[in-house]
Formats: sequence, C-alpha cells, structure tokens
Amino acid sequence: MPPVIEMRNITKTFPGVAANSNISITLEEGEIHALLGENGAGKTTLMGVLFGLHRPDSGSVYIRGEKRRIAGPPDAAALGIGMVHQHFKLVPAFTVTENIMLGTKRFLLNTKKAAADIAALSARHGLGVDPHAKIEAVSVGMQQRVEILKMLHRNADILIFDEPTAVLTPQETAELMKIMRSLISQGKSIIFITHKLHEIKAVADRCTVLRAGKVSGTVNVADTSAEQMAEMMVGRKVSLNVVKPPPREGQPVFAAQNITVWGARRETAVRQASFEVREGEILGLAGVDGNGQSELAEALAGLRKIHSGSLTLRGKDITRASVKKRMRQGLAHIPEDRGKRGLILDFSLADNLALALYDRPPFSRHGLRDFNQINLYAQKIISDFDVRAASGGQTSARAMSGGNRQKAVVGREMERKPAVLIAVQPTRGLDVGSIEYIHKRLLALREDGCAILLVSLDLDEILELSDRVAVISRGRIAGVLGAAEADKNTVGLMMAGAGKGAEVT
Amino acid sequence: MKRLRVPKPFIFAVAAVFSGFVAGALLMLIIGKNPIVGYAALFRGAVKNPAVSLSAVGQTLIMSAILCLSGLSLAFAGKVGLFNIGAAGQMLIGGFAASVAVYRLPTDCPKALTIAVILVVGAFGGAVWAGVAGVLKARFGINEVVATIMLNWVAFWTVDYFVRNYFPRDAYVKTTSRVLPDAMSLRLQWLEKIFDSRFVNFGLFVAVAMVVLTWFIMNKTVFGFELRAVGANRFAAEYAGIHAGTGTVCAMLIAGALAGLAGVTYYLGYVTSIQVGVLPSYGYDGIAVALVGQNSPGGVAAAALLFGVLRSGKDFMTIETGIMNELADCVIAIIIYFSAAIMLYEKLSAKLTKKRAAAPAAAETGGGKP
Repeated sequence: MPPVIEMRNITKTFPGVAANSNISITLEEGEIHALLGENGAGKTTLMGVLFGLHRPDSGSVYIRGEKRRIAGPPDAAALGIGMVHQHFKLVPAFTVTENIMLGTKRFLLNTKKAAADIAALSARHGLGVDPHAKIEAVSVGMQQRVEILKMLHRNADILIFDEPTAVLTPQETAELMKIMRSLISQGKSIIFITHKLHEIKAVADRCTVLRAGKVSGTVNVADTSAEQMAEMMVGRKVSLNVVKPPPREGQPVFAAQNITVWGARRETAVRQASFEVREGEILGLAGVDGNGQSELAEALAGLRKIHSGSLTLRGKDITRASVKKRMRQGLAHIPEDRGKRGLILDFSLADNLALALYDRPPFSRHGLRDFNQINLYAQKIISDFDVRAASGGQTSARAMSGGNRQKAVVGREMERKPAVLIAVQPTRGLDVGSIEYIHKRLLALREDGCAILLVSLDLDEILELSDRVAVISRGRIAGVLGAAEADKNTVGLMMAGAGKGAEVT
Repeated sequence: MKRLRVPKPFIFAVAAVFSGFVAGALLMLIIGKNPIVGYAALFRGAVKNPAVSLSAVGQTLIMSAILCLSGLSLAFAGKVGLFNIGAAGQMLIGGFAASVAVYRLPTDCPKALTIAVILVVGAFGGAVWAGVAGVLKARFGINEVVATIMLNWVAFWTVDYFVRNYFPRDAYVKTTSRVLPDAMSLRLQWLEKIFDSRFVNFGLFVAVAMVVLTWFIMNKTVFGFELRAVGANRFAAEYAGIHAGTGTVCAMLIAGALAGLAGVTYYLGYVTSIQVGVLPSYGYDGIAVALVGQNSPGGVAAAALLFGVLRSGKDFMTIETGIMNELADCVIAIIIYFSAAIMLYEKLSAKLTKKRAAAPAAAETGGGKP
C-alpha cells in the first residue's frame, strides 16, 4: 500500500536562503509522524509546500501514490489534508457548530443537522465537545478540539498538528495525546510538528528531523533516545539536563504584596498577587498563556501601572517608581516581545546594547554621548554572549537573526549585574543550543546572588531552572511550591485553576 | 579592507533629483525647447552675473535659508516620528509675535538686541504653537497632522484679526501689517552692501547655525538619542525608561522654534511686513525639503539650496528661453514624487525581502519552545 503522503526531493529556495533542500518525507497510513527541527529548519516551508502555499523549485508530492499538484489550501482540503493551526481560527461569539460550518459553500445552512453530525463525530473520537457551546465560553484545550473537529467534519484523514501543545497545560497535553492515538485507531494519519522531545517520545511512531533545510534523518522513535534526536536537530551533543547547585537561603530582595494590575481593556488582569524572590534564587512563574503573567511582568518592570498593592526592591518601595528609577535600583528586565520592547530595530546593535545605560557615565557625560565607551561596552557583550552580528556593534539590529537579537537583549540585561532580573520567556523561539547557553547564564547569575523571576510558558523550563514555582491562573497566584513539591502534575492542575478555588473573572 | 560606503539615503536622494531633472528635460523636449539651454538659463538665473552683482546669489541664498529652516522643522519632528505639517502656521505666528515685540521696542534699540529679541520671540512663538499640538498628541493621543493643520488656520485667522484691527499698515491698507524700518528687522547694512540686495538678512546665518545645531543634538547628545528612540520605537523607548510623551512635546517645541525662525527670516528680513490672507508657502515647501533631504540636517541644507536655486532661477529661464516658469515647479514636483516613490519603494522592498527571508521561520516563532 502506498504511503498517504510522500514528498519526494522537495527543494525550495527563498532569495538567499535554501529553506528546503532535497527533503523527502513519507507519512504511512495510521502513523503519527513527528516533524522536529529548530526555528528556521524548514518545517513551516515544507508544510507550506504540502498545502500549496509555496511552489517547490523541484520535487514532487504524492498523495496515496498519485502525483499531485497542489495549488492552494482548497486543493489540499479536497485531498483530505487538514491543518490544526497553532493559533486557532475561531470566531469567539459563535457556537462550536457555527464555527465548524463557517466557510461551508452552500446557500442554506442546516444547523440542526450539522449539530447532530458534530455531536456524533465528537462522540466517535471521544472529544467531548458540546456543539452548542460558544467558543468564548470554552477552554483553550476545548477550542483546539473544535479545530480538530472542523478538520474531521471536512473529511480530512491526514491531519497536521502545528505545535499543538504550546498553549496547553500538561493535563490538556496528555488529553491531546490520547485523542491523537484515538484518531489513529480510526484510520487517520498525523504529522505532528513540535520542538518537545518528550512529546515525540510519548506519542509518535517515527520522527523526521530537519536541520538547516535538510533532513538529518528519519528514525523510529521507539529505538531512539531523546538525546540522540536533540543531537540530530542541533548537529552536536547537547546536554538536556541542567546542572544546578543547591540554592542558598538568601534574603528576600524583591517582594510583591497584593498587587492588582489592569489589562489593556481595563479588565483585572492580575488580582492580589503576592510573592517574594530571594537573593540567589530563581522563582518560576508558571501559567498558561494569557493568565496575567505578561501584565504582571510589565507592572513589575514599571511599564504598566500597579493599580493597588505594593512592590519593594531591597526594602525600598518602588510601587510608583519610574522605569528609570527601577533600573537604577538594580532591576533588569528581559521583555516578552524583543522586537517591540527589547530592541530598537532601526538602531545599531551598540546603541541597543547601551539602551539601559546610555544616559550614565561613562556612556555619556554632560549630556553628550561617548561613542567610544558605547562601542567598547557593546564589544564586550557581543563577545561574552556570543552575539553574531555581521559588522559588530555597527550592525543594524534589524539585520540580525531572532536568536542573536535575543542574546543581545539577554546580554544587555545580565551585563548590568542586576539585583533582580525579570526574565520573560528568555528562550522563546531560540534553538536548542542558544537555550542551553541562556539557561547556563541564568544559573550563573543566580550563583552571583541575583534574584530572578522567570516567567515562561514552557513548564519544562520552569521546573528545570526554578528553586520555587509560583503558579498563576486567571490573574491569581494559585500557590507557590518548593522545588520538591513542584511536579508536572501538581503545577499543571494549579495552572488549570484547580485546587485553590478557581474563579472566573 | 575598509570600503568607503556611500549611505543609501544619499544615493536615493541623488537618484530622485536626477530623475526629476531628466523628467523636466523630457518636458522641455516635448514643448520643443532645448533642455540644455533651458537648464543653463535656470541656473544662470539663480546667480546671474556674480562679477557685477551678487544680488541673484543673495536672493537664492536667502530663499534657501528660509526653506532650510522650515525643512529642518519638519525633519526634526520627522526623526521623532511626527509629521509637523503646521510649519506654515508656526512661521506666521513666530513672525507675528516677533513683529509685535519689535513694535514695542524703542527705535534707538541697539541692533544686536533687536536681532536677539526677534530670534527669541520668533522661536518662542513657533514653539508654543507647535507645542500645543505636541501636548495634544502626548496627553490625548490626538494625531499631530490633524492638530497642526487646524492650528494653521487658527494662526491664519488670529493674525488676520490682529493685523487688521491693531497693526494695519495705515488707515487705508489693512491687509498688510505695519512695515518695519530696516533697522528694526533682521536686515543688515553690510550684508546689503555685499549682496547688493536688501532681502539678504541675518536669517542666513541662523539657518547655517541651526543645521549644525540640529545635527549635533540629534547625533551627539543623550537628549537627541532619546528623541530618536521615541521616534524609532516608542515601546522600546519606554522600556529603556524614556518618557515618550515628554519626547513628543520636546520634539514639537523644537520643530516649532525652527519654523518660528523661518518665520522671522521671512517676515522680518526677506520682507518687513506681514500680509494677511496667505499662509507662507515656505511652510509647506519644508515638507518637500525634509523629504528630499531624508530628514537629515545636511540633506535638508542641500535640498533647500537646490530648491532655492530652482525657485529663484525660474523667472530668468522664462525670460531667456520662453520656457514657462511653471516648468521649474514641475521639476520640483517631480523630484518630490520621485523622493516619495523611492522611499516607498525602499520600505516595500525591505518588507518584501524580510518576509521572504523570514518566511521559513516566521510562522514558527509563535509558540513556546523547550
């Protein structure tokens, strides 16, 4: 029997970049095939070719043994290929049924019949979706299932999951794995795009690893260790385990008392949050995206008003202090969105590296900037943090890759030897090598006595690095756990709002 | 192996100017004239016969100085991400405020003091006028384009009212303000002697000084760095502890002051009275000067000189060759179009190449990573 999908020798070049070079991949019927690779390894381009969004320079696509020209997503849909997107494409005010029927090319809609169909489909795959529920009223995990149902309703039997677990709690992730297994048993085939090795180990049958636009191998997951796959992805040995010396019992340096923060639409984003970060400690802040951690981090950094409550740094009240004042007191901040907050892309790297210190000696005197000092300082960060930039400090930040931009921001904030560092997703979007490196630097900073608040959506990162874990759910600190009690299950349940009286805001 | 690199904006500006002249030449060919003869006359008109009299040169220079100051006003605001379309109103208010101040001065006031009063009051008037728009933008998020255009008309009618009712030229002519004696303006006798022209005035030096000063502020000072940071990315500026609202107000104040200086150079030097019922066209030409000069002080000075030449030489071209002087305006217009088009092209192409290069990675950056 021919494979359901065979992509043969796909090559696709964008100006200056070979996004895919000679990639071949086969998806057998009834298998879960993981597609693993760092950012920019070519996963998205490859899927773009499959959906007809990109025309390959050479190579061909066979669906169930027949050579096909796929000119666009409708062609792919007609062939039974469906994508479960990372960012859901759902209308919040519509019901599940209405969302699934959206885009149906018919004049009259028979909602009743459709709802019945969807209920049946949901039951068959054990999805537990209520067809009449409004999207805005159901959880993120449920929304994802609606996306899956949408594909099933359109008779897709080849499903592509694009980093589906990024938005899920561990429990929801486990549920999704079950659903994927059940889909397979119903005769579907799945391509599973992810960076998370343990998920591949848990659910996938085979795994194709991409590196720099090339296939570095296709392996049977059962016979391959996570370390081996990581090595294939990065191209060198990677240590997946962080070595962390025991924490010292330091004094609290950064303390929040009953902090309430409003969000962009004046809703209460953070409610009565209290926690403290001690000297030489990493406090992890775990939570599902959108539960108030961004607003909290901004408020702590001084970019968002603290509506009520108080914040102290080394005993000094900084609740109303300006950003500059906080910086002078020793607060550093790796912002969530480096393109928006962290860097001025039209400025040179050197100017960006001095962004927090530009108005202080030796970088300026009497209001005049000292470019020599700025360049020297930039040079130091560039070499210390291995920032790759074509023309050193004079490189425009815009011309740098995402990973190097992040290293620049991290380097800038760490080089200041802060007393407190708020690190928001410091490794977001980075490759395994850079992640390893930034983790090492965070731990070194911890050794130096810095109090670090690590905000991350990646629970593995939090659990690996943190000495204690605070869990945020719907704007409340659901609890603070010691490293010993913080396991995936407990934290996951708290992230979902269970246990400590979750409340709908 | 250091290679001398010509900055891209410079190449673009030169390309735009060159394209403008080529297009102008084509127009001349179409109407059956020789473009070489035409352009020769145009440039000759801007200098005439310098051995005999520098009056044409002076005329060109002083026009350029006014264009330069008004262009600097737009360029300065532009660097901070603001579009100060209200330079005309700020010129008018600056000129009017300075005139009123001078009316109050005793006639035996020393020249140096008179000049100082004119410059300070003129800059102050312009700054206040633009500052209103800056505060509106910073406090209430009101778009500065809308605010400055409206302020142009507020200036227009305010000056109209006061000139007609309090400072008319005489009992009969109420549409022009009381004419200032040369001694009470920016006009200098020794300049008049050199250039054989009363129009040339102290504003010439002000323009040169402002080119240097704005360049210095923008590129060498902490203050300028903060302003540019606000202009380039206000979120990152806030992150670095720079108050974006303060930056906005400061930038508008300075832009207004520069326009005010353009205003006094025009109303208290080039001419010595204010005519009501018109906004000074120099205020709008500043937009083009800043555009072609790519918002850099040096570029603005060069663009102002070029436009000054075209402006002052065009009548001579008409007389000499019969090519209508609107053709010089066409050349200016075409240069502006090309400048705008090239900047647009640059932006689009940057976006396109970025999209293409980032295409493989772009969609993947959305989620959390291990």
